[in-house]
Amino acid sequence: MVTIQKEYLNALPKKVIDDLKKELPKDISEKKLQKILDECVATYESMKVDPGESVGLVSAESIGEPGTQMTLNTFHFAGVAEMNVTTGLPRIIEILDGRKEISTPMMDIYLAEPYSKGEDIKKIALQIKETKLKDVASEIFINIADSAIEITLDRSAMKAAGITDAHITKALSGAKAVAAKLSGDALNVKAKSKDLSINDLYKLKEKVRVVHLSGVKGISQVLPVKRDDEYIIITAGSNLMDVLGLPYVNPKKTVTNNIHEVSEVLGIEAARQATINEVFKVIESQGLNVDIRHIMLVVDTMTASGEIKGITRYGVVSEKASVLARASFETPIKHVLNAALIGERDELASVVENVMLNQPIPAGTGLPQLMVKAQGK
Amino acid sequence: MADEEQPKETPEEVQEAPVVAAQQTKQEDAQEKKEKSDIYVGLPVISKKVKAIEFSILSPKLIKKMAVCKVVTPELYDKEGYPVDGGLMDTRMGVIDPGLVCRTDGRKLKDCPGYFGYIELARPVVHIKFAGLILSIIKASCSECGRVLIPANKFDAAKKKLDQVESESGLAARRKAIKDIIASMKTVSKCPHCKAKQPNLTLEKPTTYFEDEKRISPIELRARLEKIPDEDIELFGLSPRHFRPEWAILTVLPIPPVTMRPSITLESGERSEDDLTHKLGDIVRINQRLFENINAGAPEIIIEDLWDLLQYHITTYFDNAVPQLPPARHRSGQPLKTLTERIKSKDGRIRHNLAGKRTNFSARTVVSPDPMLALNEVGVPKVIAMKLTVPERVNTWNIEYLKGFVKNGPAAYPGSNYIVRPDGRKKRITDETKEASLEELQPGYIVERHLMDGDVAIFNRQPSLHRMSMMCHRVRVMPGMTLRLNPAVCHPYNADFDGDEMNLHIPQTEEARAEAEILMEVQTQLISPRYGLSVIGCVQDAISGNYILTRNLEMPRNDALDILYTIGVTDFSRLPKKERVSGKEVFSVLLPDDFSFVGESKARDENRSREVIIREGKLIKGIMDRANLGEGSGLLLRNIHQKYGKDFTLDLLGKLFRLGIEVLFRHGFTVGIADTDLPEDAAAEVRKTLDEARQKVNLFIDEYKNNKLDTFPGKTLEETLELRILETLNNARNETGAIVAEYANPHSFTKIMADSGARGNLLNLAQMAACVGQQAMRGKRIEKGYKGRTLSCFRKGDLMPAAHGFIKNGFKGGLEPWEFFFGSVTGRDSLMDTALRTPKSGYLYRRLANAMQDLKVEYDSTVRDSGGTIIQFSYGEDGIDVSRSEKGMLNVKRIIQAAL
Repeated sequence: MVTIQKEYLNALPKKVIDDLKKELPKDISEKKLQKILDECVATYESMKVDPGESVGLVSAESIGEPGTQMTLNTFHFAGVAEMNVTTGLPRIIEILDGRKEISTPMMDIYLAEPYSKGEDIKKIALQIKETKLKDVASEIFINIADSAIEITLDRSAMKAAGITDAHITKALSGAKAVAAKLSGDALNVKAKSKDLSINDLYKLKEKVRVVHLSGVKGISQVLPVKRDDEYIIITAGSNLMDVLGLPYVNPKKTVTNNIHEVSEVLGIEAARQATINEVFKVIESQGLNVDIRHIMLVVDTMTASGEIKGITRYGVVSEKASVLARASFETPIKHVLNAALIGERDELASVVENVMLNQPIPAGTGLPQLMVKAQGK
Repeated sequence: MADEEQPKETPEEVQEAPVVAAQQTKQEDAQEKKEKSDIYVGLPVISKKVKAIEFSILSPKLIKKMAVCKVVTPELYDKEGYPVDGGLMDTRMGVIDPGLVCRTDGRKLKDCPGYFGYIELARPVVHIKFAGLILSIIKASCSECGRVLIPANKFDAAKKKLDQVESESGLAARRKAIKDIIASMKTVSKCPHCKAKQPNLTLEKPTTYFEDEKRISPIELRARLEKIPDEDIELFGLSPRHFRPEWAILTVLPIPPVTMRPSITLESGERSEDDLTHKLGDIVRINQRLFENINAGAPEIIIEDLWDLLQYHITTYFDNAVPQLPPARHRSGQPLKTLTERIKSKDGRIRHNLAGKRTNFSARTVVSPDPMLALNEVGVPKVIAMKLTVPERVNTWNIEYLKGFVKNGPAAYPGSNYIVRPDGRKKRITDETKEASLEELQPGYIVERHLMDGDVAIFNRQPSLHRMSMMCHRVRVMPGMTLRLNPAVCHPYNADFDGDEMNLHIPQTEEARAEAEILMEVQTQLISPRYGLSVIGCVQDAISGNYILTRNLEMPRNDALDILYTIGVTDFSRLPKKERVSGKEVFSVLLPDDFSFVGESKARDENRSREVIIREGKLIKGIMDRANLGEGSGLLLRNIHQKYGKDFTLDLLGKLFRLGIEVLFRHGFTVGIADTDLPEDAAAEVRKTLDEARQKVNLFIDEYKNNKLDTFPGKTLEETLELRILETLNNARNETGAIVAEYANPHSFTKIMADSGARGNLLNLAQMAACVGQQAMRGKRIEKGYKGRTLSCFRKGDLMPAAHGFIKNGFKGGLEPWEFFFGSVTGRDSLMDTALRTPKSGYLYRRLANAMQDLKVEYDSTVRDSGGTIIQFSYGEDGIDVSRSEKGMLNVKRIIQAAL
């Protein structure tokens, strides 16, 4: 390993140092090393951005322009029914909108040793998958006369999902408003309060249907697969908090595609990285070439405030300092009106405002100002 | 556009612009300035700059103060057609007729900016845009004493909390929070200050207020709003200096200047008034009627009806799309465009006129290709060159030169169209005035001469999706009627020549020209800021040509000289002096003699190797194809750019391009249907493959029908079958593709194009020659159509390949009718996809651009927005500009190689 002097370590980005360490021949002479390092520093300095560069717009262009080339289709995930992933433009829009409810939440659950070698993989997958009452019921009836709900259990489904009678009675006893009785395959759920209207009874039935029996809430499908000699579980539905708490999960590698969940569980920095990864994944899968810096900048604007803000009129744009910039985007009347009520001042510090007033914009060549003391007078 | 809701602009806050050379004192009058300074004569010098704009609501007092007249009559013109005094077209509010003079400033049309008037409303009226605000303010304050319904001792705490709410989630949330606070203090029905009982106020949309079921008039509302003290207004997050709540109930209405609502004279001599004038006419008319009725002591009912009518007119004057009201209409039935509609949306003032502007000195026409132009040139038709002009200032050194243009006049090229006198007056040059202009010309004048070779122009094609959509080119005036560009620059513009039109702009000042040249010229844009590789490269024939040349072509030295000379090479010393030279040697002549490169080509040579080696300016091994010469791929062009600079690269690209074309020109290049011919045994092999696939599918279907098929985990039997069939058929098609690739004549031009990456690929060839393959929709075989079948020519439940969109024929062999149908199904699907995608991605782009336009790198290398918030401490974490990087990276490998 070649040692690089400290002054260079500070003068060059980490990536370059890593590359150097990898590429430099071991027996390099001191003099040549010096020469290479100096050349690297010189090149690096010449590659830096100029002050005043409109990097935001360049990034917007770099993502917006290939947007026209992306496909609209969702992509079907080989293996499991009803498991498809939103990709392409819709996924990009979804991420950049900062939507709370994404259309196809998914997780890649990595497992701790020895499970990552494939031990008990099916069993674990089954334990993670959420089972609701409706999944093990063959029939659900409303008995209006007794204001009760009658459920016939499907024993084979129960067995497949690893559900016992005890599971069911326990899950239902947790609910306050009902009393459940199980005899054979017939499960009778009665409301404790009398005189339920049919409407209420129906609502009760809908509630009983989705009573959580086992597994992790929100995980509707599981699929064990092998990825790079490691067994992982891909899920449809996401619940990062609960999954990370499971003992057989490797919490360091497990990921979800729901960035809001990442933000809640792991914080904004993790959410930023997750968002970058998600956007990059889509762009890469479309075979497009966009530098990671552009994605980083977009995601940084979304997350700079400490929470995820979408690129929408309610998100990032509403935070703008300039009234006219906000007005030029959407709902101009609302912005001008509210500005007038509080006597807002627009300091004309960015681009559109100055375009509106036919003035030079404070970016690029419009940024430098000449300061000369006026003489005499 | 200032009515009560409108912001007040305060351009008084003007900052002195940076002082430029001779300009030292701030001068009020532009006229004066022109006489004093002799350097900037004729050019507009910006000496004032708007520093900030403050928004506020117009108070009634201010409305009266800024008005130049009071409007009292709905009449517009008298019998002679002159504007009536006290009417809506009063000449004190500005003039729109060429002959008239404004009575306020004595200026004429175009010079007079227009002035506001006002009308006194007979009864106060609610401003529609503040109806909701009024309700929330009154509900939160006492109907008797006007204080907010929060006890004095809790006032400060409440304010603190509200400030926090506002900073977190904005003004609207703050008002909601006040309501919640009051509700939580249980003071809703009783004032904590004066103990008065509080009535329940409701708003019946749009503008009627009820208090405990009883209607309450705007007069009463206004009286209550007046009582609210300033401190309490601040609690609502409002600024009492800019907005007093009673101003939201209008007592006077400003009348916008005539210049803002010009009338148009129709051919018949009839006047057609602007929508706003119509609406204001209604308002004034009803207002006058209301006055008369009140004065005459008319019954309450009549007065109230008129009052409501006035309210309606004023409401629709501000916003003609209030949900609860029928929109005011023209006699023709089309809704009026009033204030809100004027400002709003894409065609509104803000996005249409303020954020986007029109230009002069521009041209637009169809584009066509011309590879003999340099990449940074644009061919301009002579007719256009004689219309577009470049201003040149006369001085003692160039006066004779410029006189030449004046002498030629507007009709001869190169001539001139105008001269501009030092006082800024323009004079058109005609054949009659030519002599006089020539006499007159002296230093200080400006001659607007015709466009000439070498002038800078900005070339653009919409949609302008990235900065390479607008680049600076050098003008080349040529015959013809189209704009010409080198086909190599098509890619950044995304242009082709199927009728595309492009725009040309001529910068008019030295600053603009300098910026265009330094920042926008084609060679400065070679490296894409999106991925750090060249966006310009060889395309189509140029790639085929270079491929043929460098693969294994040989030619007599004289032919090589001929080619090289044609493409613009004059130094032949690097061409080996022997009877016959190889294509690689010819190609190497273009390379700099100290350039070395190792890379990969797309195509393989005879030994199936893809290696490309250039050593000291000689192409030793390898084929030059798309992977190295094409746009957005490979590091060859990027490395040359890095080492030899942008101008060299641009020149080289032009030569490479012409070299490719010139080689093809001599070699000959054509495609024909014979290119897709397969030898008999190949065709047999294809048939066999397809047969086997069909049998395999048959087998699966049998297994499925007998329930013997192994299901995939988590899939139903049907899904498994579909997947199996799809897989089989896709494999079959790929196999036919492989057969075609194997048997296809490697010297056929179609194959050459596919191999070199110039156009098309092997799949296209296979589809023509052998088998088009499965038509898939959403990752599945085609399933839709009739009940149980896709087309009526199949049996229900038929699962065979043909019944679900497998096209077993090739395009050349011809498709069966059903196959053609299936092909068109997927064709339509992809058309739909494109049509739906374009507006979606356009909107995403607009949002991104709007959100990020103010981010820039500051002098401390942080990335900040216009509010000063730090977005990144160092751009992209390492401060590297992608357009200066090599594929987003600092290429350590290259540096080490160079050093060792």
